Amino acid sequence: MKMSAAGRVNLVAAAVLLFSMAGAVATLYVIDNDDQVRRGAVAQDALYVSSSTTLRRMSLGYTGLLADIYWTRAVQYFGQQHHADSGDFRLLAPLLEITTELDPKLLPAYQFGANFLAPKPPGGAGLPGAALELIKYGVEHNPDHWQLYYNLGFLYYTEFKDYAKAADAFRRGAKLPVTSEFMPILAAQMAQHAGEFDTARMLWMTTYQSTKEARIRQNAVEHLVALQVDEEVTQLEQVVAKYRELKGRLPGSMSDLERAGFIHGTPADPKGHAYKLMPDGRIEVQDPKEIYFITKGLPPGALPPQPPREPQPKTDSK
Amino acid sequence: MNPGPTNARIGYIAFNTFREAVRDRVLYNLIAFALLLSGAAIIVGEISIDIERLVVVNLGLTAVSLFGVVIAIFIGIGLVSKEIDKRTLYTVLSRPVRRWEFVLGKFLGLTGTLVVNTFFMAIGVFLALLYVADKFEKMDLWVLVALYFIVLQFLIVCALALFFSSFSTPLMSAVFTFALFVIGSLAEDMRGFARTTHGVAGWLATAIAYLVPNFSALNVISQVAHGDPVPGRLILYNTVYALLYSAMAISGAVLIFQRRNLK
Repeated sequence: MKMSAAGRVNLVAAAVLLFSMAGAVATLYVIDNDDQVRRGAVAQDALYVSSSTTLRRMSLGYTGLLADIYWTRAVQYFGQQHHADSGDFRLLAPLLEITTELDPKLLPAYQFGANFLAPKPPGGAGLPGAALELIKYGVEHNPDHWQLYYNLGFLYYTEFKDYAKAADAFRRGAKLPVTSEFMPILAAQMAQHAGEFDTARMLWMTTYQSTKEARIRQNAVEHLVALQVDEEVTQLEQVVAKYRELKGRLPGSMSDLERAGFIHGTPADPKGHAYKLMPDGRIEVQDPKEIYFITKGLPPGALPPQPPREPQPKTDSK
Repeated sequence: MNPGPTNARIGYIAFNTFREAVRDRVLYNLIAFALLLSGAAIIVGEISIDIERLVVVNLGLTAVSLFGVVIAIFIGIGLVSKEIDKRTLYTVLSRPVRRWEFVLGKFLGLTGTLVVNTFFMAIGVFLALLYVADKFEKMDLWVLVALYFIVLQFLIVCALALFFSSFSTPLMSAVFTFALFVIGSLAEDMRGFARTTHGVAGWLATAIAYLVPNFSALNVISQVAHGDPVPGRLILYNTVYALLYSAMAISGAVLIFQRRNLK
């Protein structure tokens, strides 16, 4: 069957279209995966417009959408730098600042933004000062949201160990008509029992309950597990000290403690592994790498184990 | 054309304008809108944190507004000139149709097209909201107010496009209308500038600030995205303002079109 001239043109045009489209995609793929070509040309590492006022004007009033874009960019930036183990988070604070100045009511940017900024690497950017500024700006523009007072108090508690300011933040949050049931208790406990396990447990419980974000919840769970281990190790070491006081020597094994009536059964960590009694009377966990953030039960000189890298921050709210 | 009463004649022109816009595949933009919104609703949960609802409202309403403004400008500027180029205007005006009826009919036809377009887009926004939030909340009602303000915005843009097209070329009309849209979107900055300027410059700046359309007061997208209520007074003021401003621009268009030599 003979093809008409128009048919031939259509065929050739369709072939060229498909070929060039495939070629363009393939070329872009090569560019994306060639570190030599991409060096110094990553758009993610550039902040083309750093003034929120200019951006606000350029947006012609559609600031909400622009703020959402900048927030997404901040999340992606943090995720990529965190995943690449870069330790360089210099754009994170400006991105969050622009986001919140474009939309001062964008609560996730304060809550999660502070969570990205404050913790030391590798968990975060190690910029607690920037996190504090961000949350303060959030409180100033959203004085009716108890979560921001909670974030402020939490930041003072965990990063600055400033229990008086933490108590003040919890107290201000507790006064709001809609607030967490834990806020008044936290405000009260912070003054007298700031360093105690129950206070820390309540803080992490509130964190867990006040977010739907999977990464934050997982982090809170891991801290709660670590707190349990720290508390149990502390209690066991107190028991060992009492045994020594009573018998004049250290126990040789957990069975000695059980026989003396100090404990019932073999105590185990939340992962189900029995605690080890060391010859010097210290208590250690079986596998320190399994339980993140613990400060007790570690071999001498060991640093608190940190969780492994995650691919990208992701939400489970849907 | 059936001569009939004025209302019938205006309605006939409006209906034909609407039909022509539909024939020009204007409503095809709904496909792009649907793809944009459904794509955003699905993807944003994967690439961002905790802003699914905000993105649907912000992106949805911004798209409704910008798509509508673009349609208003590009159709509005051709409403008169196209009829002259195609010489259909002479046929219309040779019948017992007054020029002002023609202008008003065109205006109502275009705004009608945009209202229908906005209606379908609004359905898209609410479906996307339902997808990301699983259920509607009371605060979603404020999205309707934002959509109403967007329609008011279209009234003004359509009127301006028609006004400029009554005496200028389509290209220049598009430039003038778009420039006024940009300036009007920065109306609050302009009034702020006027307040800080004194003397003649101050008077001039104040006059310009009050004469250009104030689109910033009509933009409550960010506010409703957070579920913040819109005061009833603002709804009333914006309605009155948009109607008066549109009436002003349409009257201007009628005045010019009445005097225009169409031979």
